[in-house]
Amino acid sequence: MVAIIEVKNLTKQFKDVTAVNDLSFSVNEGDIYGFLGQNGAGKSTTIRMLLTLIKPTAGSIHIFSKNLHTHREEILTDIGAIIEKPDLYNYLSAYHNLSFFAKISGVKISKNKIFEQLEMVGLAARAHSKVKTFSQGMKQRLGIAAALIHNPKLLILDEPTNGLDPQGIADIRNLIISLSRKFGKTILVSSHLLTEIELIANRILIIDKGNKIVEGTSAVLLDPANTIVEVNTTDNASAKNQIAETRWKQYLQQTKDGDIILKFDKSLIPEFINQLVQMNVQVLSVKPRHSLEDYFLSLTTANQHVEPVTI
Amino acid sequence: MWNLLQFELYKIFKKPRTYIAFGAIAAIILLIQLALVINGKDYVKFMVSDLDDTLDIPYDQINNGYWIAFNILNLLLIHVPILVALVTGDIVAGEANMGTLRLLITKPISRTNIILTKFLACVIYTIILLLWMAFLSLVVSVLLFGANDLVVAKENMLLQVEKADVLWRYFAAFGFAAVALIVVAALSFMLSVLSENSIGPIVGTVAIIIVFTIISEMGVPIYDKAVKPYLFITHMLGWKGFFYIDFDEDGQTITGSVRNFSSILKSLSILAGYIVLFVTTAVIIFKKKDILS
Repeated sequence: MVAIIEVKNLTKQFKDVTAVNDLSFSVNEGDIYGFLGQNGAGKSTTIRMLLTLIKPTAGSIHIFSKNLHTHREEILTDIGAIIEKPDLYNYLSAYHNLSFFAKISGVKISKNKIFEQLEMVGLAARAHSKVKTFSQGMKQRLGIAAALIHNPKLLILDEPTNGLDPQGIADIRNLIISLSRKFGKTILVSSHLLTEIELIANRILIIDKGNKIVEGTSAVLLDPANTIVEVNTTDNASAKNQIAETRWKQYLQQTKDGDIILKFDKSLIPEFINQLVQMNVQVLSVKPRHSLEDYFLSLTTANQHVEPVTI
Repeated sequence: MWNLLQFELYKIFKKPRTYIAFGAIAAIILLIQLALVINGKDYVKFMVSDLDDTLDIPYDQINNGYWIAFNILNLLLIHVPILVALVTGDIVAGEANMGTLRLLITKPISRTNIILTKFLACVIYTIILLLWMAFLSLVVSVLLFGANDLVVAKENMLLQVEKADVLWRYFAAFGFAAVALIVVAALSFMLSVLSENSIGPIVGTVAIIIVFTIISEMGVPIYDKAVKPYLFITHMLGWKGFFYIDFDEDGQTITGSVRNFSSILKSLSILAGYIVLFVTTAVIIFKKKDILS
């Protein structure tokens, strides 16, 4: 595996606040690398350091095996980015925005190529409309087109689904997956939408208060052996008692409100359902709930502001 | 850098606020010209009223395009800085506020290049604004009122510059005025680097100009000696020096001469020093700045 980004002992101090503390991680070629953390965890600060917007207090960043500090311009030639929100020139058209970003990225680009990019993000029909007339979703898509206009090898997307409706989120998700699979782009993506990261990332980094909590592949972090299974029946109290008399008792989780929550390997779900049927339990639903959100919350509950509830 | 400069200029001239300055200058100049078409002779009388008793003054001859251009410049060059700051104060801070600055910095261009290109765009805008002013005040005035000898009042004297000896002085004066206005552009540009919204640098520039003007106009000896000679505002009207023609022992004006050229050069070098100071400061700050907007 070729490491595209290698971050070592990265620290950023703002006066008395340590925004990022001794952070190390690496992003490999072809990765869709999910970058997770609560608000204020240090994600944006890290991303800004990767894009030379902020100077690190300590540590090193190597991208494409080159030191970012000494090879800044050379490295940035092959990076496309969206930082928090795609702020484009509102008083210019979509076409002129892309034309500008292509030029200053040092690539000569034809009119057709610009239209191709706009077509890819579904904005060709609005090429000559001023960006100020665009919806948030359209701006976001144009931001991605601007990030891609110079055909970079690495995409750094900070909260690319911010402010989008469900369809917009799905569009961006599909675009990211397609950029990775069809065009072999390496993508680092941060998002507060954990389900989105879960759906697209093959590797995940979770940080909290500027510190690395865990880094690994989604397959390992989301180990199916620890799947949370939520059962809903016509009479939950009775069903829970019945389950407690079987071997499935060992998997039952303590709940305050009588919900039936179990934790076991995902592959055992069919067998568990059979058991419920044999016990004549009237099952309404069995939902495997091992999600990134569960995992994330289990790692970062120290910062929990509101007591979690099961809905 | 050329691509970036082209785009910086494109952005400047795409913004409606840019045209406020052009519109304001056109409105003021055309109003002055209109007033002088109607009441020019009376205005000349008013301007030279101190000398009216001692000299036989050819009022109609004085009220020509060159004289009107001189008076327009005299009135305007002290107020134009505010109009310059409208654009130059916005050039970095406006982008920080809009969020496009961070996108710009993630592109493969050095920060020094970005900031110097932006300053160069400010300089070009300032010069275009000045050329607009030159066109309206000089070209239009000469077309409307004709050209003749230029009579300029200095202290208790009237200096008469021959018609054929005037035009080059205007070129030189506009060149000087360009340097003076670039100082203002550099100041608001530097403030723009420090700020994340464009109101601050624009108001800041105007405030500094007002404070410096008050200090230089107060007439307090300590300020006049120790502060005034070093304020850029003191030297901004140095362009007038090109119209103060020298004369020989017989009191005859010497064609092509300037009375105190060394004073003009001194003012120019002080203004240039301010430009270097403001731009260097802006570059140093911008290179070190964490972009948090």
